[in-house]
Amino acid sequence: MEKLSLRDCYGETLLNLAREDKRIVALDADLSGSTKTSLLSKEIPERFFDMGVAEADMIGTATGLSLTGFIPFASTFAVFGTGRCYDQIRQSVCISKANVKIVVTHGGITVGEDGATHQMVEDIALMTSLPNMRVFVPADAYQTKSVIEYVAKKEGPFFVRLSREKFPVIYDKDKNFNLLKADILKEGKNLTFIATGLMVFNCLEAAKALKGSGIDAEVINVCSIKPIDKETIISSAKKTGLIVTVEEHSVMNGLGAQVLSAICEEAFVPLLKIGIEDRFGTSGKPDELLKYFGLDPESIAKKAIEFYKRIKK
Amino acid sequence: MEEETKRLKILAYKMRKEIIQMTNKAKSGHPGGSLSCIDILTCLYFNVLRHNPENPEWEERDFFILSKGHASPAFYSVLSYSGYFEKDELKSFRQLNSRLQGHPEKGTLKGVEITTGSLGQGLSIANGIALGLKLKKSTARVYCLLGDGELQEGQLWEAIQSAGHRKIDNLCVILDRNRLQIDGFVEDLKKEEPLEDKLKSFLFNVLRIDGHNFNSILDAFNIASKTRSKPTFIIADTIKGKGVSFMENNVKFHGVPPDDEETETALREIDEELRKMERE
Repeated sequence: MEKLSLRDCYGETLLNLAREDKRIVALDADLSGSTKTSLLSKEIPERFFDMGVAEADMIGTATGLSLTGFIPFASTFAVFGTGRCYDQIRQSVCISKANVKIVVTHGGITVGEDGATHQMVEDIALMTSLPNMRVFVPADAYQTKSVIEYVAKKEGPFFVRLSREKFPVIYDKDKNFNLLKADILKEGKNLTFIATGLMVFNCLEAAKALKGSGIDAEVINVCSIKPIDKETIISSAKKTGLIVTVEEHSVMNGLGAQVLSAICEEAFVPLLKIGIEDRFGTSGKPDELLKYFGLDPESIAKKAIEFYKRIKK
Repeated sequence: MEEETKRLKILAYKMRKEIIQMTNKAKSGHPGGSLSCIDILTCLYFNVLRHNPENPEWEERDFFILSKGHASPAFYSVLSYSGYFEKDELKSFRQLNSRLQGHPEKGTLKGVEITTGSLGQGLSIANGIALGLKLKKSTARVYCLLGDGELQEGQLWEAIQSAGHRKIDNLCVILDRNRLQIDGFVEDLKKEEPLEDKLKSFLFNVLRIDGHNFNSILDAFNIASKTRSKPTFIIADTIKGKGVSFMENNVKFHGVPPDDEETETALREIDEELRKMERE
């Protein structure tokens, strides 16, 4: 199985865009080697601003740059790029509809050894709550490329969540994405997995594992969590009658909550939210942590079977 | 010069009346910190800034960022008197569907470059604008007004470090040093002095002036525009509530407007002052 880094892909895509478009600038908060904005900084230093460990200042400076016609990409880890500067994103960026792109890496628990302080599991909740903000979580490197190109082109605030770990490749290299549309990767009959980020691949694997137990699972990748593609989700809900959302994020206010509120007015369908259960992360290796939190394909499949049996009995 | 300062002073006192009337009508808002900075804003909008109210998004314009967004009554007054919108619209301050929101919001009201209100955010934005202008090889300048209570916000010190480090010399910061914040004297809540020493050590060109002396204000802006390889920080010593005797240095009027009787008295005092000026 081929795995590719979303961060590398971000850095390369951003550099390519900046080569073509002189309006593109990048900002970082002392993590450019990790977020890969360093690729741009090495080739085009005059359009790179390392703000030091000062995320609030970074968001404000990015906002100011956008007011003079530049297209700023501000990057750091998910925890610092959202919670640390929430009010700056709220007021300077979102109320003002500033053309600022916040692309964070190290979302979720697969940050690994750094532990709870660095494992951001509330960022999707924070960012989807903000009016005017659009929220993308790509499922592999090729989708990441498409997302970065899209947000550079579209006016207004965007939040993109990437991860530290490499992701298995799901899509063809040259796929033409319709990012606003939830993507049905596998058709199914009696259960729908709705996932985002790394969990999309894990759900595809879980769906395979379910075959023997009489569950033909549909798998949908929601890359655009806000705006969310209600139509695709509702029609799948009506078709299979059972939904399992899976995310590397708190179950309190993440993808699951967005899906639930998207369907509840039109479809009465039992929904199980799989994610981090209202708690913080902990140190460990990424693979160990996925198992520990029940986000590996086996655990997902097991929870889906239990849920299916409980509801269908 | 004297004629110019007289012109500016008369304008500032006319706008003081607007501040009183706007906050009185809205039965809310922040008159004290608006009256302390109106002289500075008047100098900026009617003498210093390169701007074009007919074409608010003019490429060559200077930028002004009101970091202390609660001084919106002063800000809206200079915008309307400059011609960004009709003076009559000042009456809609803080009303439903008004473009004159409680705190300035970027959007339909031209002349408002960015949303401010939650304190501490303006200087980072001003830095970003100044850096963008430099990248574009523009000669335009950026002005940013801070409050002294606001200086307790950590983000401002992040931005102060950035401006000094990056030698953002197309930036001029003005501190409305009126010494009062909602809960009392700034120096009692958190000691800020010695401000000159602090800001010099953060690599700023620092000037300290009487923020109600129009000649001093204009001189300071002039020095700032000629300073190279350092941003300028003007500490403007001001009086909260300046121009209305019973509002001066009275913390009550930070976030409470004058009632109808107080408004009448205030307007009478300002009118008296205006008549004196015009006789001079």
